[in-house]
Amino acid sequence: MKINAAPMQKANFQSANKRSGGYLLRAKLRKGTVSLLRGLLMFGLCFMIIQPLLMRLGTSLMEEKDLYDTTIVLLPRNPTLDNFRHVFNLTEFPTSMINTLWTSLLVSVCQVVSCTLVAYGFARYEFPLKKFWFACVIAIIVIPPQTISTALYTFFANFDFLGIVKALNGGKTINVRGSVWPYTIMSLTCMGLKNGLYIFMLRQYFRGVPKSLEEAAYIDGCNTFHTFVKIMLPDAVPIILSCFLFAFVWQWTDLFYSRNFLSSMPIFSVKMSTMVSSMAYYFSTEAGGKPIVIASARSQQLVSIAVLICSTPLIILYCFTQRTFVKSLAMTGTKM
Amino acid sequence: MSRKNSAALNEHWYTPITESVKMYVPGNATYKTMRARSARTGTLFILPLIIGLLIFMARPLVESLYMSFSTIEIEPGVGYKATWVGLDNYKYAFTVDPEYNQNLIDEIGRMAVNTIATLVMSFVIAVILNQDFKGRTLCRAIFFLPVILSSGVLPGIESQNEFFNMMASLSDSMSESSGVNLSLALQELLQVSGVASGVFDVIFTMIDAIYDIVMASGIQIIVFLTGMQSIPGSLYEAADVEGCTAWESFWKITFPMVSPLLLVNCIYTIIDFFMKNDNVVMERINLVMYSQFRLGVSAAMSWIYFGVAILFIAICSFIISKGVHYYED
Repeated sequence: MKINAAPMQKANFQSANKRSGGYLLRAKLRKGTVSLLRGLLMFGLCFMIIQPLLMRLGTSLMEEKDLYDTTIVLLPRNPTLDNFRHVFNLTEFPTSMINTLWTSLLVSVCQVVSCTLVAYGFARYEFPLKKFWFACVIAIIVIPPQTISTALYTFFANFDFLGIVKALNGGKTINVRGSVWPYTIMSLTCMGLKNGLYIFMLRQYFRGVPKSLEEAAYIDGCNTFHTFVKIMLPDAVPIILSCFLFAFVWQWTDLFYSRNFLSSMPIFSVKMSTMVSSMAYYFSTEAGGKPIVIASARSQQLVSIAVLICSTPLIILYCFTQRTFVKSLAMTGTKM
Repeated sequence: MSRKNSAALNEHWYTPITESVKMYVPGNATYKTMRARSARTGTLFILPLIIGLLIFMARPLVESLYMSFSTIEIEPGVGYKATWVGLDNYKYAFTVDPEYNQNLIDEIGRMAVNTIATLVMSFVIAVILNQDFKGRTLCRAIFFLPVILSSGVLPGIESQNEFFNMMASLSDSMSESSGVNLSLALQELLQVSGVASGVFDVIFTMIDAIYDIVMASGIQIIVFLTGMQSIPGSLYEAADVEGCTAWESFWKITFPMVSPLLLVNCIYTIIDFFMKNDNVVMERINLVMYSQFRLGVSAAMSWIYFGVAILFIAICSFIISKGVHYYED
């Protein structure tokens, strides 16, 4: 019986097609064409996104002479790992990466904690000036950090809070720019990178949670803080996690805040941006003191390796968390 | 109810209920009203934000606004000295600085084109990803990847990457010699046939910038996709029963239901575009600030830029909110 199944179906299709006046065949063809076109388009666009990564991976293994050989496009002829050694030296690799890791973790945890609290406050309570404060949240999304960077720079370079520091330090202000504290405090008060956006996302989520949950907790004698920690937070873990991931990723690659506030310690993104200028010195000391001219193709190759190193941990992280990323955006609801 | 009775009630099993009812009575001295409690708790919850706004936002903003009206001299140990010069910095930014004007106009033009292109592109991709096909999850993951890969310092470095530009021009010249540069050939054809105009030029710049557009539309795609998936299937069923084709139900159901998200995405795209580190105005501001040390002028430039951004967002919100319908469930 099983052997006859395929020809039977074929015959069925032909007769059914005949009965429908060719409609079935046309529908099948149309469907096939659509899915073929869709496949091509999707493949093309996806390839376009992935291609720079593959390109970087290929060129990262090339020797310098491979770069000038026009017959070599993607795969190296003389594969070498020497480039990675140079880049590691140039960016002070282990130190700068570890610094980036712990500052990103610290800062993003602070940001997420404070943003969650604020977002919950906005979603559930009525308080004076609520509209005004929320307008401020929107404003901090829109205001470019460059606008206030000069003022913040001088504020932290000559730090003094209500005259307390001056009094303790014998009439002098102190420079706190080198340490991680200014930025941590800024993160704790929701003034970090894109924090307005996190507040907005979390508020959208909290607004979608039914109020009856908290009312039930209230009736059972749970106080506000307990309600928040025991009832609201456990359900909000995915969205909080995804805000944390956003904060972590954006902090990882951030140059602006890192350059302004964490300039004294090696941070990978800062090292990466100054790599080209420090290259000449590095290679001349490598070659024993004689001045060396570095071709722009060579320096760009090294920069692209640095980009690769910088983004690899993020891509690995993304592979494991992309569901959370995408799904939690769906949970924030779609209404403004 | 007399006082005596209510005192007697205190011992009963339903005391908690009456107690909590009393809390709702406004002006009750012993029990705070719900509203007062909510005001207090709410303010406590957003306290971090208030502190942050006052110290790290309001103060620097006012200061930077003041700076933009004055010349700044850095004095080590004391901070800086500002001298009020009125609108001089703004005049300098517009009339003296050789590039700022041009940069600003370029940037606004590019932003207008890019915003429209990003919205259209992300909408189309969302429509495709909303269909059922194999590898859909993978595609979705890849389209969201640029949100990570093109953040912060990464795209800025890439756009200055001469090596990749060299490779790009190489592949361009290769394709030119074999005659497969479609966009260029089409452009020439249209020019020859006399159809070409400003509109086509814009379209061709969009096609050439498709990489940047796809890289910038990760979040927008997900937002649109979410909106499409939240449309109840019964609407489509009803339309199907009434004899709507897929094309009609797209324009009558999908598009209107998703259109409120157009505003969200539009605002997000504009902000994203304005904040990019690699845009020319930002570069100009950084150059004036870090290399020329004209802090006053750079403050004025960022305020102008900020003003333009706000104006742009206001215009877009106005236009889009006129044409968008909100459905309440």
